[in-house]
Amino acid sequence: MRCRTCGALAAINMRHHKLALCATHFPPWLVKQTERAIHNYRMFSHDDHVLVAVSGGKDSLALWDILLRLDYQADGIYVDLGIDGGFGYSQRSKEKVLAFQQTHPDTKLHIVDIAGTYGESIIDAAKRRGRAKEPCSVCGMVKRHEMNRVAVENGYSVLATGHNLDDEAATLFGNVLHWQTRYLARQGPVLAAAGEMLARKAKPFCRIYERETAAYVLLTGLDYIYDECPYSKGATSLRHKATLNQMEHDAPGTKLQFYTKFVQAKKEGLIRSDSEAEREMTYCVQCGRPTMADGLCRFCRLWN
Amino acid sequence: MQVTYRTKLWTFDRRITVAQMLKSIKVLPETVLVVRNGTLVTEDQHLELGDSVKVVSVISGG
Repeated sequence: MRCRTCGALAAINMRHHKLALCATHFPPWLVKQTERAIHNYRMFSHDDHVLVAVSGGKDSLALWDILLRLDYQADGIYVDLGIDGGFGYSQRSKEKVLAFQQTHPDTKLHIVDIAGTYGESIIDAAKRRGRAKEPCSVCGMVKRHEMNRVAVENGYSVLATGHNLDDEAATLFGNVLHWQTRYLARQGPVLAAAGEMLARKAKPFCRIYERETAAYVLLTGLDYIYDECPYSKGATSLRHKATLNQMEHDAPGTKLQFYTKFVQAKKEGLIRSDSEAEREMTYCVQCGRPTMADGLCRFCRLWN
Repeated sequence: MQVTYRTKLWTFDRRITVAQMLKSIKVLPETVLVVRNGTLVTEDQHLELGDSVKVVSVISGG
């Protein structure tokens, strides 16, 4: 298989795009695809201060790298969850993020130490709340809260996350399976800010396959943490990804169609928008951030 | 030729394509990238005896 641009031996074949590219021409192609999504979905501009949520994994480091290549004003936030898993998962993840930031000294990296700030690691907090077997939902909620808090408190106009097409398609699959209409209303490439306490969120990789971000980090030499979080084993999202990947194997482009047609349907009003969902929100009596719960938000309830 | 994927190791004693190798170890091409002697390769390329092959998972989540 040959690169469509130069005819050299291809490094990656993307059956859903009917496109093969070599090691030289794939990375700039992915940068351009990311830029196109940022523009098409009006995520942010070069005037915005972007806070990139970085975990040390391939997607978030690739995103930070690409935003900097595109000359966006992009700082990073790393949430230290205090997960060890027998191999120092959080510590090693943080080292990857710090190493990247040190190669871009003009950027700022915010680090939130959950155990240091709130007195417990995410796993201990999940255990205390009887969620020892399903810490992922607690972890996701804490990360979202803290990333939003840092974005709002430091005046960033948008929080960018490395969610890729596979993440979004798997989430959509789960939301449709269980007809989670509230979550469907909040899913999309961009989530508008809600008042002064909920930052605008953007997912520049929402049309990029997971396999493509992995190829980008391998071809550009970005050093990322390959090992997955030890608590993600058996996670529902991974089962959904496996199902979708089998469908993608049988019919290339399935995941892209599934997600982009959903976004299009939302745009056409066939699925209610997040602004309608916002009307059902109240505000946490402790931290003041929007919540679907009455009284305390789930984050404040966790530590009370 | 030796193939590693996560903590597993396979040995092949014949020249095969990347696609054949992935089918043999029962891994969907959509879920991995294949690195042969340090170079990313596509499914139609051949793996030779003596090659060192690493199958890299691209799936993350939780």
